[in-house]
Amino acid sequence: MTANAAPAAPGSATDPGAGPRRGLPRVLHRAWTLAGVVPFFVYVLLGLGLPTLAIAVGAFQNPDTGKFTLSNIDIATHGIYLHGFIITTELSLITSVVPGILGLLIGYAIFTARRGALLRRVTITASGVFANFGGVPLAFLFIATLGTTGLATHWLTAIGFNPYENGFNLYDLGGVALVYLYFQIPLMVLIILPAFEGLRPAWREAAQNMGAGTWQYWRYVGGPVLMPSFLGCLLLLFGSAFSAYATAEALTSGTIPLTAIQIGSFLNGNVLAGQQNVGKALGLGMVLIIAVLMVFYALLQRRAAKWLQ
Amino acid sequence: MATVISQELADEAAAARVPHRRRPVPVWRWVILLLTGVYFLIPLYAALRFAGIASFDDVVHQTGFSDALILSLKLALMTTVITLALMVPTTIYVHLRLPRLRRLLESITILPIVIPPVVLIVGVLEVSPGYLKSTPYLLGLVYVILAMPFAYRSLDAGLRSLELRTLVDAASSLGAGWPTTLWRVILPNLRTALLSATVLTVALVLGEFTMASLDLYQTFPVWIVAFDQTSGPVSTAASLLSLFVTWVFLMLIVTLASRRSRRTGTGQVELFSVRRTVR
Repeated sequence: MTANAAPAAPGSATDPGAGPRRGLPRVLHRAWTLAGVVPFFVYVLLGLGLPTLAIAVGAFQNPDTGKFTLSNIDIATHGIYLHGFIITTELSLITSVVPGILGLLIGYAIFTARRGALLRRVTITASGVFANFGGVPLAFLFIATLGTTGLATHWLTAIGFNPYENGFNLYDLGGVALVYLYFQIPLMVLIILPAFEGLRPAWREAAQNMGAGTWQYWRYVGGPVLMPSFLGCLLLLFGSAFSAYATAEALTSGTIPLTAIQIGSFLNGNVLAGQQNVGKALGLGMVLIIAVLMVFYALLQRRAAKWLQ
Repeated sequence: MATVISQELADEAAAARVPHRRRPVPVWRWVILLLTGVYFLIPLYAALRFAGIASFDDVVHQTGFSDALILSLKLALMTTVITLALMVPTTIYVHLRLPRLRRLLESITILPIVIPPVVLIVGVLEVSPGYLKSTPYLLGLVYVILAMPFAYRSLDAGLRSLELRTLVDAASSLGAGWPTTLWRVILPNLRTALLSATVLTVALVLGEFTMASLDLYQTFPVWIVAFDQTSGPVSTAASLLSLFVTWVFLMLIVTLASRRSRRTGTGQVELFSVRRTVR
């Protein structure tokens, strides 16, 4: 290929779909190069862009007349729906911070184990399995364990502590939070481990050579280095809990006002006349909240990346 | 994140250089790991006892079991084929011809994670034409979108670990045409990435509940809930079964990836990433 026709690197004559090369104006050639990614972009536009646009538009539309209105947004940000956003955010906060800290400790315990040791292999594979586990099957596992007739409930009652007489209920918010730990902790372990890999042994040695104890090392070296990754992981956990739907739905049959479940009920047709588009306003709200979090996450990752290079 | 597993697998030989980093085995490590083990194993044990061994046999004979499983498998096959057909050529093409688009593709493929499945399905049902809405295969088309983040990341990681340009040039200087290069040079080298993309996609489709239930089709996870009313033990057995299936799939990738990484040092597998859409 001659240089004047080539935005691509030398040797691209072997490329896929390189098409007509000689004699084409540069612009046309560039457009032809882009043709290879057209199917992907069309698919994303139809499967992701269009539906999202429909939600964003629908959120501001009167379902009967199709005219612009703010009433959907108004309804979605008041009453039970505002309550839903608050409960969802609370649940997501608890189920990201608690597993975040536990996962950090477990992750460090695994990290300090010898490389290639059986313990490490088993825990990491198990984390992969459990982090991928969720939804309805998970709900059944916990009903068998901590439901009113579950095995662990039975054991605890036998030693004189009936959890259901002491304020515990698997089918309310606390129960759902406990179940969420089952996939959030392994997820945290998996995403925090690379951050530990970034802690250079040399830093610890240097700190020791200068007389730092364990506490000082973590306070002035390890902690600050880990902090951006840790916060980034927390944000990811938050997003994961925030959009979770099936687990809570299966456990509570929709009695907890979580935003995801509320959106689901709009699809199932449990809607007041004239409010059909409130579900879309709720969806828009969720997307906005998670989008803001993802931006934070990206910024934090960029900071963390500096240390991990 | 992918590096966790690959390093794990590749670094056994390097174990010797690590000990100076290690400190005396602290007690707290064992306490934490023990407590964690208890929290994770008790529900498994409880579910096994509740279900009983006989229930596993019953699962298979429930009405609707085979229909639901077959629908899920069909969707899994459809999603995997479309995902690979769309993402493999696109990713290879971008790596070879448009490397500057890689960052853009990365941001685009993270979008399905930003938009919760429950929200996406609302929009999809809103804009889909009637003939698509009346078939369960609409789900397959949407699952392709859900699978993109994982498929793209697996493939991108796989391609990055290859000397793609060198391979392609070498193949062409030996007289291979483009189809031969793709089929006999690139794809075999991408085996682990393809496998991991496939398994993640399949696991995603087999576990996806939110969209299927809202689209009112009885895929396997939806069926598990639907027949809960008739038999608790059998539902629990089905749930355990779905967990074990995931486990076997993941073990399979890890085993294949480790075999590969021992030879090339590049077995990159993202184990965790399917989780977000599963629930």
